[in-house]
Amino acid sequence: MKRFTALLLLCAMTVGMLSGCGQKYDLYVFNAGEYIDPEVITQFEEETGLRVLYDEFEANEDMYAKIRSGAVSYDVVCPSDYMIEHMIQEDLLQEIDFNNVPNIKNIGESYLKQSESFDPGNKYSVPYSWGTVGILYNKTMVDAPITSWSAIFDEKYKGSILMINSIRDALGIALKYQGHSLNSLNPEELKQATELLKQQKSLVQGYFTDQVRDKMIGGEAALGIIYSGEALYTQDQNPDLVYVVPDEGSNIWIDAWVIPKNAENKENSEKWINFLCRPDIALKNFEYITYATPNVAAQELIEDEDIRDSEVLFPGKDIMDRCETFKYLGKEGDKLYQKCWTEVKAK
Amino acid sequence: MNNKKRYLAFPYILWSAAFIIIPLLIVLYYGITDVDGAFTLDNIKLMFDPINLKALVYSLILSGISTIICLALAYPLAMILRNAQLKSSSFIIFIFILPMWMNFLLRTISWQTLLENNGVINTILTTMHLPKIHIINTPYAIILGMVYNFLPFMVLPIYNTLEKIDNNVINAARDLGANGYQTFTKIIFPLSMPGVISGITMVFVPSLTTFVISDLLGGGKVQLIGNVIEQEFKFKYDWNTGSGLSIVLMVFIIISMAFIAKYDKDMEGTNVW
Repeated sequence: MKRFTALLLLCAMTVGMLSGCGQKYDLYVFNAGEYIDPEVITQFEEETGLRVLYDEFEANEDMYAKIRSGAVSYDVVCPSDYMIEHMIQEDLLQEIDFNNVPNIKNIGESYLKQSESFDPGNKYSVPYSWGTVGILYNKTMVDAPITSWSAIFDEKYKGSILMINSIRDALGIALKYQGHSLNSLNPEELKQATELLKQQKSLVQGYFTDQVRDKMIGGEAALGIIYSGEALYTQDQNPDLVYVVPDEGSNIWIDAWVIPKNAENKENSEKWINFLCRPDIALKNFEYITYATPNVAAQELIEDEDIRDSEVLFPGKDIMDRCETFKYLGKEGDKLYQKCWTEVKAK
Repeated sequence: MNNKKRYLAFPYILWSAAFIIIPLLIVLYYGITDVDGAFTLDNIKLMFDPINLKALVYSLILSGISTIICLALAYPLAMILRNAQLKSSSFIIFIFILPMWMNFLLRTISWQTLLENNGVINTILTTMHLPKIHIINTPYAIILGMVYNFLPFMVLPIYNTLEKIDNNVINAARDLGANGYQTFTKIIFPLSMPGVISGITMVFVPSLTTFVISDLLGGGKVQLIGNVIEQEFKFKYDWNTGSGLSIVLMVFIIISMAFIAKYDKDMEGTNVW
């Protein structure tokens, strides 16, 4: 009996140790890792006098689990497109009062239009950063400029292809190549995409996410799948590298700020969002994170012409029209995609 | 007196309760329930799904091969160490442990750089006009990574038990007419069994469950059971299936532990750690 009491005590103590003690801040921010210039936070605190608690998450899904559990209340969060759609559906977000966010005028019209695919009417979100997914190729290692996804399924480049290690991106590419939507839930289309990826497996050098950048710089492979934000850096390191969004179209992703329903300092959240939409601040963040900014006023402030007019970072309307944002697939849809990917990886 | 000593163990008990026992119970709970918290054995049955079973068999094969290679490399080395002068043997042990002062992940990542198609090894081979080796992102690289990372865990227990064999026992065998081969098979090897067994376990278990080595050196093309479980947790957010598969994997680990307990009663093989 004594032992049992001791055990109970132990458990209680452990639980006690794990739960932290609270301290009040004026604004609780939840953002993806390395996704802001730390100076911007300090500047915000100085200018507004508000104390900010800044937390980071690794993946949208981690963030979603935390917000949904309701255990913590964040005032302002920066998820990706499909996750915002998911959160709107689950009634986890509240509408932003745009009277308090006048700087929304700096955000380009086309980006707001693109955002409507996941946030109809632009009621819940303010775009923060965006980009495309495409092929990075080494022009000394291919015979002709790459314009199509067909290159990464081509026997010619066997062992010289770096495929992306991500369910939605990989299946999305296969679906797009076959002329379907990258949000397809049609079992027949998904089956074809899975077959294509299975055949491709013998051609790829491996499935990577973060390593593609360094491997391409080092000339390890002719082709790799990469996010546009990484492309400029790689070209800087190795001038032979070219980034292209294939003709069949690709994924365009938008990360945007939203306010969760259980936010306690909504007014401060709006101050935060408004602050980030200021051109000088958006420029600062852009220079730090190097992913394209939807803030047109900030884009105009970029001094380096090559970057300001870069087709890679800020693709023209024709490319954007070919691209689609990810939509939330629903629980069953997610399961279906996972099953396809497991089949590919297990082959 | 005895009672007071017990209190000294309290911090450790607290530690193991918080970070070993409770997490294990949580894994067990998730493993035998479904999303809604109802009891089910489906998660455990999923191990027999062809895809998972294939990953498990593949893991068993790769870790088995690695263990055999480690044993083949480690035993002769341990014999050499035993017969060497005390000074030089401790130096060799030092050299062996030295890389382990560096982080395991970093060591594995550096193998990537060494083995890449335009990596260090291939550059050296090319300058010497030798053919390149292409083993990165193949199962061979994974085996190499396992052997490299876990070899010290094989050498040290074997060396420990070999060292403890009384020279008089060996001399007695020689006096009684046993030749070198007989002395080894009848005397030295059986006496070193506890070290061999704990070495095998200490290489086999981490190789079986690894997902980092296969990820870093296999290029994501080779699925080991560790990768399958990692994916359940990290990408599919299916903690129930992940836990169920982990429970099955734990059975293999417990079998290995039982082996150690049977052969290595004084735990002499493991006390280096």
